[in-house]
Amino acid sequence: MPETSVNPPTAVLREVEPSARPRTVRRPRGILIALWLGYVFLYLPILVVVIMSFNDSENLFVWRGFSLRWYPELFSDAAMMQGLGNTLIVATGATAIATVLGTLLAYGIHRYTRGGLIRAFAIAPAILPDLLLGIGLLTLFALLSVTLGLHSVVIAHAVFATAFVTAIVLARMASLDPSLEEASRDLGAGPVRTFVRVTLPQLTPGIIAGALLAFTLSIDEFVIAYFTTAPTQPTLPIVIYTMVRFGVTPQVNALASLLLLVSIVAVIAAQRLTRLTGSSK
Amino acid sequence: MRFPYRITAVAAGGVALVLAATSCSSGGGEPADPTDAGPQELVVSIWADYYPEDLAEQFEAETGIALTIVHHTTNEDVVAKLTASSDPGGDVAFMSGQYAQALAEQGLLAELDKSLIPNETNLYPEALELAYDPGNRYSEPYAWGTTGLCYRPDLTGYEPTSWYDLLTPRPELVGKTTMLSTDRWLAMPALKAQGHSVNTTDDAQLEEAKAQLLETKPTLLAYDDTTFYAKLVSGEAAMVEAWDGWCNYGIAEDPSITFVIPDEGADLWVDTMTVLESSQNKDAAMTFVNYILDPEVQTWVAENILYKVPNQAAMDALDPALVEAYPTLGITVDELFQQEVIVDLGEDTLKYVDLNSQVLATN
Amino acid sequence: MTPTSSTTTPGVRVGSERRALVPAALLGPGVLFLIVFMAIPVGLLAFYTFFKRGRFGGVVFEFTFDNWIKLTEPLYLGVIGQSIGLALIVTVLALLIGYPMAYAIAGLSPKWRTVALIAIVLPFWTNFLIRTYAWILLLNNAGWVNQWLQGLGLTDAPISMLYTPQAIVVGLVYMYLPLMVLPLYASLQQLDPALREAATNLGASPWRAFRTVTLPLSLPGALTGCIFVFVPAMSNFVIPELIGGGKTIMVGNLVRDQFLSARDWPFGATLALVLTILLVLVILVQAAVSRRLAQGARNA
Repeated sequence: MPETSVNPPTAVLREVEPSARPRTVRRPRGILIALWLGYVFLYLPILVVVIMSFNDSENLFVWRGFSLRWYPELFSDAAMMQGLGNTLIVATGATAIATVLGTLLAYGIHRYTRGGLIRAFAIAPAILPDLLLGIGLLTLFALLSVTLGLHSVVIAHAVFATAFVTAIVLARMASLDPSLEEASRDLGAGPVRTFVRVTLPQLTPGIIAGALLAFTLSIDEFVIAYFTTAPTQPTLPIVIYTMVRFGVTPQVNALASLLLLVSIVAVIAAQRLTRLTGSSK
Repeated sequence: MRFPYRITAVAAGGVALVLAATSCSSGGGEPADPTDAGPQELVVSIWADYYPEDLAEQFEAETGIALTIVHHTTNEDVVAKLTASSDPGGDVAFMSGQYAQALAEQGLLAELDKSLIPNETNLYPEALELAYDPGNRYSEPYAWGTTGLCYRPDLTGYEPTSWYDLLTPRPELVGKTTMLSTDRWLAMPALKAQGHSVNTTDDAQLEEAKAQLLETKPTLLAYDDTTFYAKLVSGEAAMVEAWDGWCNYGIAEDPSITFVIPDEGADLWVDTMTVLESSQNKDAAMTFVNYILDPEVQTWVAENILYKVPNQAAMDALDPALVEAYPTLGITVDELFQQEVIVDLGEDTLKYVDLNSQVLATN
Repeated sequence: MTPTSSTTTPGVRVGSERRALVPAALLGPGVLFLIVFMAIPVGLLAFYTFFKRGRFGGVVFEFTFDNWIKLTEPLYLGVIGQSIGLALIVTVLALLIGYPMAYAIAGLSPKWRTVALIAIVLPFWTNFLIRTYAWILLLNNAGWVNQWLQGLGLTDAPISMLYTPQAIVVGLVYMYLPLMVLPLYASLQQLDPALREAATNLGASPWRAFRTVTLPLSLPGALTGCIFVFVPAMSNFVIPELIGGGKTIMVGNLVRDQFLSARDWPFGATLALVLTILLVLVILVQAAVSRRLAQGARNA
């Protein structure tokens, strides 16, 4: 790896072809063990969820034998299917809005503001207690006589999702090397072109991380959705939460397991696709 | 590099798609069972699993009105939503009696037109004069019951008869009991054990109850409002404070589980049906209420949710085998009315909330 | 390197009037959106904190400071203090667990990186309530872990793991771990390896290189992660209820009780706002600190 022995100041030349050199420092062996332990921690309850989805019992807590019955019952549960559909719509919409607004905000804040005020304002939704935002938005919608529905939840979720995207992209921007942009400008590119062709690609991992986070937070968000949706349009967390009153059957576990499976398949498919189209990070 | 453009395109497409999807799907929701039998639609908000599964189909078959059932989580959530926005959608809302009282005073519930609810006469006479809504002007009772001790005799080793069996448990039962922590049911055992009313607003009495509850707290396994019966079934707990109907879910899994109303007495809670003032379909809503009060329907309800219903004809028609398996269904109206009806306390509800906060927050 | 500004290349310079439009175009949509859908609702509720509660919720417009005074009662201060303490522990643990994970992921090849990230996030595409019940199933006195321990003969009686503050901490760490890992990863992944290599070339051990180069540069991401974990940990009410057995309540439970049970919106809003103000201050500090660090790193 001849490039690694060059002194840092001449990094500029190398930076022009970011994909041409190895981007990472070799990690110590032990770190992978930490990673795997972390995954065990994260997936232990998931294992429980999947196993319990085969529980032949009306309640979740006592094992009564193996059964596949919850899976077919799941599909005939209209409320769950509706909740699932609504959740996906809301999450996609909120993530789309948040990604666009958040990236623009992050770039704007980083480039054009010195004070922390706009930054704090942009990130504030992430720190508001969800009950405050939920009831506040409901009050606002009522004042404006807005009919509640999935659109009101999309907006509500977009509010806190934007904050997360902004924060993550900002964190990444803080580590960016401005010399690249300046080089681009010096070479004659306008600000928009520079943004799109130089800055955005560098930000992409951050944007993706932010979008991923926004999506994840939205699909599992209960409180704000509960207060900003119409009663006839529950999202999945609402459907599940309302089941708690009279006992949670393993049917929800079946749903969770299926969703997990679908997510894994979707991810693998996405991986294959991006490899085919040859995009690089 | 085409990558950034792709992101922008995807994002823009995504937004457009979603806006289209949401404006299509949020036209107020579709009825669960669209029929061509008339344009009337009704939205009913009730707790999950608290009604027979095919209620919507049966109701439509009988009346031709399309029914959409939506679930809510707790009484408090319903009240909060209604207070924030006086028209959150929906026509009929199920809620506990004291909340119906509160909402009625705010003018958020429609006054019931009894000419549309002739089946009201099927109710027990006592169910027509309930303290939170005398004359049932704004609500009709759906199910009622009391609160007591739900326990496993094989784990307790004896048969408890007093609230003190829970409040000051025997040494071998420490760490194997749970209490309810919601609304008025945290304070109730202590108040009753000390001989006071469940609706008391006397500060001294509440202090006394609080002191007892603070002593009890270290002996508890947990506060549990939803999965206490599962804890009994799994053996984690030996004795829990429970609503009588809910104890039946434990009995369904383990027939040895037993329910008892302690000697000091308990409360009488009622879950009611109300029609929202903001409803556009009040007549259809009251037809629904009337439908539920039909004895056959209420028997069917009771058999499904294992709760007592305030409908004499309905209770008499219950399958005796069911009553034998679930003794709480056999609690007579007289026995029930030895307990105290829970009423709304207006401003003084705060005292109970503060009491709950203090007990729960203290370590 | 010559500091450049667009004035040194006249043909390319964007007019200064057009330059003013750029920040407006970037910040405008987002700020407007947030003003309408965040600032105004919150402002409404903040406004309410100076009025009395309506009998059944909502607000009666009689001016009062009572809500803010009520906040200083020992009960509420105690809960706030306890919540801060617990949330701090949760944040530190999440950092200790999350940092090595983010570091490891940032060190993977691009293909595996994405897989690893998705793998972090995937569990959270199942419902939080279901996952919480899974933990209860694992840790309760009649649960799997206890059954294994007793079955293996390691213990005689069940170990009480649930319904304690410690259990709440574990539950919260579990719940918010990806919120720590993702920003950390975003920050770590961008770091120029040349800087670290320079350090090792100059004789520093890998650990020293990490400590003096990588660690400081990843601080913005770490701080962001800490905020993302600390904040929701403070306002979560499900975990203290289900996993804590309701025996330890946090600010989130208080806020919920005020809004829903007490129907005391002004006071609920007061509690929520105090929390928010505290956290905004923390964020402002974090912004200043990370900006300073980033400057320092760039100049290094």
